[in-house]
Amino acid sequence: MAKILQRERLVPNIHLIEIHSPEIARKCQPGQFVIVMPDEKGERIPLTIADWNRDKGTVTSVFMVVGTSTHKLSLLKAGDEVPVFVGPLGRPSKIEKFGTVLCAGGCFGIAAIYPIARALKEAGNKVITLLDVKANYLLYWEDRLKAVSDKFVVSSRDSFFNCKDYIPRVLGDILKKEKKVDRVISVGCTYLIYTCSEATRPKGIRTIVSLNPIMVDGTGMCGACRVTIGGKTKFACVDGPDFDGHQVDWEELFTRRKSYFEDEIDSLNYWEKINFP
Amino acid sequence: MADKKELAPELKEMLKEEYSQEWRKELRKSIPAKERMKISRKKMPERSPEVRNQDFNEVNLGLPAQLAREEAKRCLDCANPQCVLGCPVGIDIPSFIKLIEIGDFTKSVRKLKETNSLPSICGRVCPQEVQCEEVCNLKKATGVPVAIGNLERFAADYERENGEVFIPKLPPSTGQKAAIIGAGPAGLTVAGDLARKGHQCTIFEALHVAGGVLVYGIPEFRLPKKILEAEVDYLRQMGVGFKMNYVVGMTASLEDLKKAGYDAFFIGTGAGLPNFMRIPGENLIGIYSANEYLTRVNLMRAYDFPEYDTPVYLGKRAVVLGGGNVAMDSVRTAKRLGAEKATIVYRRSRKEMPARTEEIHHAEEEGIEFHFLTTPIKFIGGENGKVKAMECIQMELGEPDESGRRRPVPIPGSEFIMEVDLVVVAIGNSPNPLIPQTNPELKVGKWGNVEVDWDTMATSIPGVYAGGDIIRGGATVILAMGDARVAAREMDRYLNALKRTKGKKKKKETR
Repeated sequence: MAKILQRERLVPNIHLIEIHSPEIARKCQPGQFVIVMPDEKGERIPLTIADWNRDKGTVTSVFMVVGTSTHKLSLLKAGDEVPVFVGPLGRPSKIEKFGTVLCAGGCFGIAAIYPIARALKEAGNKVITLLDVKANYLLYWEDRLKAVSDKFVVSSRDSFFNCKDYIPRVLGDILKKEKKVDRVISVGCTYLIYTCSEATRPKGIRTIVSLNPIMVDGTGMCGACRVTIGGKTKFACVDGPDFDGHQVDWEELFTRRKSYFEDEIDSLNYWEKINFP
Repeated sequence: MADKKELAPELKEMLKEEYSQEWRKELRKSIPAKERMKISRKKMPERSPEVRNQDFNEVNLGLPAQLAREEAKRCLDCANPQCVLGCPVGIDIPSFIKLIEIGDFTKSVRKLKETNSLPSICGRVCPQEVQCEEVCNLKKATGVPVAIGNLERFAADYERENGEVFIPKLPPSTGQKAAIIGAGPAGLTVAGDLARKGHQCTIFEALHVAGGVLVYGIPEFRLPKKILEAEVDYLRQMGVGFKMNYVVGMTASLEDLKKAGYDAFFIGTGAGLPNFMRIPGENLIGIYSANEYLTRVNLMRAYDFPEYDTPVYLGKRAVVLGGGNVAMDSVRTAKRLGAEKATIVYRRSRKEMPARTEEIHHAEEEGIEFHFLTTPIKFIGGENGKVKAMECIQMELGEPDESGRRRPVPIPGSEFIMEVDLVVVAIGNSPNPLIPQTNPELKVGKWGNVEVDWDTMATSIPGVYAGGDIIRGGATVILAMGDARVAAREMDRYLNALKRTKGKKKKKETR
């Protein structure tokens, strides 16, 4: 059992959860994830690690409410316990001095890209952070991200940030303006990381995407998370989650992510009927 | 792999001693061997196929006491018991069977537990027909061996069901600490053996339930969870610690654990990396590895969806690829989850199937279909990326390969289409890569298996031992337990030697 220290709604549908787990806090690196189960009947869901405090032994994740298990997780309070909180899993993101690195995040990925941007900054890179939100009230952690960025841009579908657009075009503009971008890293929902990856493809800029397929055990045992990278099947949990975006079979990933679309609805309906009759 | 042809001298000595006890002599005299050989083998009751293939309750019901005692009479109590040689953990089989015969079931299970920490599990899932029962002298004489497995199960179940679980008296603590990685059959066995020697054991397990393949792989209808829980509880009562949700290699390295004060290590992380066919369309929706399929159903209880959150595909035309026990478990699970047609597709013939005879027989009774000498070459997708058919090719058997089984060869032009909506790939596993990946100094073989000295189970790192599927790449529960027994014996020696050197060092320091 792992104790929840904090659970907070950051913006509509996106929640932060901070958990006491000294062992994971001691080991985790940017880009890694944990697997959490909200209760004994829940699914094992992978969440990217968004922050940690090695001294206090805490690990923070930010997640979007999608299905039953994330719903349950969003209702837990400080002091509650979760039966499973295991990690850190996956290979850490590659952090070294690349030169100029553009970090693109959206949705839960705004938080998930934070430790990556921070580590890249510490490694001496020029960090450009590009966040994408549907509307201004969906932005969070901008102060944290600004603090580790040389340049900070937000694109949104309203006119609030003077950048009424969707991320790939904004990304394209930045690439045109910047003298040289050595690497792009993208974390967030599948469509966002896909479009980012497509935006850099013509220029051949190395683009790393953090993939988020369905997982069960997270340790290589089941193969639920298999993705095709450069024509070869890889397991996102042990071979990734970071991959070269230009090598990903995106269509397959989109399809596989929807494997249980109908079951998810049934499950949620059942859970709502039981809990909110 | 060294085949054990000879019993260890201590074991031989012990067997002889037990054999020569007065009560055994008298029991042997009470019914002449000739009479014993006339008694027919008692069949274990099982639930009828059409009932059991609708639910997940256990198929076999276990021998009632009276039948168990009758069956025990069949054992000739040979002076030279071959069955013990056939057992990978070297159980004193005649002794526990003769104790059943005289009706002392409690003593019988204690006898079992001297050598086997998990008798109620082994009694259910061991392939006795190719081990102890295969070499049984009664089999040589009459063709029908003593039902050793059923008797083992009987004794262990009797103890649990009658609330008399006996916790052995433990020697004083040695103060030595062992870290056991993986709570599967190998890890649980090592923990039981080392705890009995007074060492402090902690098992580190990546999943949230102990048991490894016994909990995520073997279905409820073959090994009920409550039986595994009882065995795990037994170890807890013996002082074994469990650290769940702990992935050694990720949460902490072997080096970290060493620094945290662990003196010896056992790696029993299993064959946790599923093999796939590597043919087009394999990532379509509705195609699972057996590990994923069984984990969703057994560990995450997808059969209780939506009460439990984890879903699983319910195929109407389910196909399982492979011919081993895991394939049988998968196909019988698919049937229970409502498949109208549940079929095994195997590339060789019935004769080469590695599954236990009993499992194949049970599957047939339950209405499972078998397609032999067939292999898929391509999966075909339909709506929403879901698998809808499978292109297959027929095979014929050619020359034997390195495993001694005849190699299947495709017959050109024999391709045909099979309609499917659920495919489970049960063609084996490779060793889990996490520990080798995070410990470069650990020597591994070409399949990623951890290399050991087969006499001691020692790896290339001093104080680190390994056993089970992480060294074998996909074998059986009992072979993992056999490895574990050897490893535990050696770890005990290592820990005691270490304690002596530690003691000397301390003395020097205090001088």
